[in-house]
Amino acid sequence: MTGDSPATAIVAEELRRTFGDVVAVDNISLAVPRGTVLGLLGVNGAGKTTMVRMLATVLKPDSGRAMVHGFDVIKQPQDVRRSIGLAGQNAAVDENLTGRENLELVGRLSHLGKSKSRERATALLDQFGLVDAGNRTVRTYSGGMRRRLDLGAALVAQPPVLFLDEPTSGLDPASRLDLWGVIESLVSDGTTVLLTTQYLEEADRLADNIVVIDKGLIAAEGTAKQLKGQIGDTVIEFEFANPSVAASAATTLGSTVAAGTVVRLVMSNGPATLRDAMNQLAAADIAPSHVALREPTLDDVFLTLTGSGATK
Amino acid sequence: MWNDRSFRANLGWTLRDTLAMVWRNLTVIRRVPQLLVFSFIQPLIFVLMFRYVFGGAIKVPGTRYVDYLMPGVFVQTVSFGALNTAIGLAEDKNRGLLERLQSLPMSRAAVLGGRVLADTTRNVFIVLLMLAVGFAVGFRAHTSPLEVAAGVGLMVLFGLALCWIFAIIGLFVPNGEAAQAAAFPLLAPLVFASSAFVDPRSMPGVLRWWAERQPVSVTAKGVRALTIGGPEYPTSYVWASIAWSLAIIAVMAPIAIRKYRRR
Repeated sequence: MTGDSPATAIVAEELRRTFGDVVAVDNISLAVPRGTVLGLLGVNGAGKTTMVRMLATVLKPDSGRAMVHGFDVIKQPQDVRRSIGLAGQNAAVDENLTGRENLELVGRLSHLGKSKSRERATALLDQFGLVDAGNRTVRTYSGGMRRRLDLGAALVAQPPVLFLDEPTSGLDPASRLDLWGVIESLVSDGTTVLLTTQYLEEADRLADNIVVIDKGLIAAEGTAKQLKGQIGDTVIEFEFANPSVAASAATTLGSTVAAGTVVRLVMSNGPATLRDAMNQLAAADIAPSHVALREPTLDDVFLTLTGSGATK
Repeated sequence: MWNDRSFRANLGWTLRDTLAMVWRNLTVIRRVPQLLVFSFIQPLIFVLMFRYVFGGAIKVPGTRYVDYLMPGVFVQTVSFGALNTAIGLAEDKNRGLLERLQSLPMSRAAVLGGRVLADTTRNVFIVLLMLAVGFAVGFRAHTSPLEVAAGVGLMVLFGLALCWIFAIIGLFVPNGEAAQAAAFPLLAPLVFASSAFVDPRSMPGVLRWWAERQPVSVTAKGVRALTIGGPEYPTSYVWASIAWSLAIIAVMAPIAIRKYRRR
């Protein structure tokens, strides 16, 4: 292994990759300081997985450059591989091996040696609550157990840099919270994490910095707070008795129906926005059944930036 | 080159990684023995069918039909056994396992090498079982045990060569079912339009030309040279079969490994 860890664990400069006519990643640059978490946020097909696969040396970029843990992903792929762990979208574990055998196999193939591989497998089974299941074949595992084992496999060689591609998609809420806890403790021990997710809540909770990508391009970047700041104001949510009332209310307020019977209004004018809106509704003889004030969430950021919603 | 430390270290890791993958691929057979039973049933049915159903009507020159048939069945067995390479690789890809392996600092040749060697080991096992079946249905070797062992070696080598062709197919298709579908059109003309079950001299023009020359036929005849012998089956077929196998490996293995390494 190398002596010093570079201050920036992951650097990508203008990475680009196409598949036929489709530009999956279009000149994306990013940097992840050591010991931090970067959340790569985007819908399916945005280019998140392609980005991760290029950084993890599984795919070769068509152009651009990237360094992971100080090694060039194109020129020094084996050095990069010694520095990373990858947990992909589907739990990449062998169903016919036991949990322990899966971990030991990854250890052996990471060239840790037999006794060290065994030691790491034992430690990881313990860490992920799989001690009892360790000697059962993975075929018998639940989805959550497979995911935990998959994350464990990415950690066998104790890599300083971790790539997690949608680590919690398809997990039940409790398993998801568990996994978040594990990721947080890894980061507090100094691991650098690049994680992709479709869940804004996940990025909000785990990521120090967020890069929103859409159709292979960066749509926005910053901390969760900065991104929410870009959207700005509090949103007023009016709810109405039925969709037709909601529709006429939307016309009155100069907005659109967001979902069923809900009409949202950005509080661009402070509290006066609410007073004016209520007055307009009263003049039109419409009464909302419910009114709520909502701080902007990453969902709003996301939908606004990627244009895949009707928020604005 | 052999004095170069990093070269020797790399070679050492390649061997160790390959063995680790062989172990992993063979564990599946220990855990799910049904897989082995199924790959044994198909050639068994062929033996029973050709030995007892069609066998009486098939005439072959210079020997009893059962002695002609069994070498053909052995070669068919290793050929279909090679299909496993395509299915195994395609399934590993489908499940995301190849991606994990590609992100590890392991040897770039070990995944394919481990797959091919595991499938070859499996082939040895199945061929020995089929040999026992052959003896049970009346197959007799007219040569020495050493020559019979060489015959087993010949077909296992041929199976190994085919594994490399199927490795390429496995890397191109998305999953195991597709691998099976893609491999069959390749296997059928090789295995059935051959001298494995009947004498090609009974076939019409072009088909006969193909059936007498293609590698499955050559290997079946090579095995017959080592189990029946005589002027009808000269040992030149043994060398021709070895040449086919080595040529297939020399061409297909680098293509497969390059395809695997290509990111």
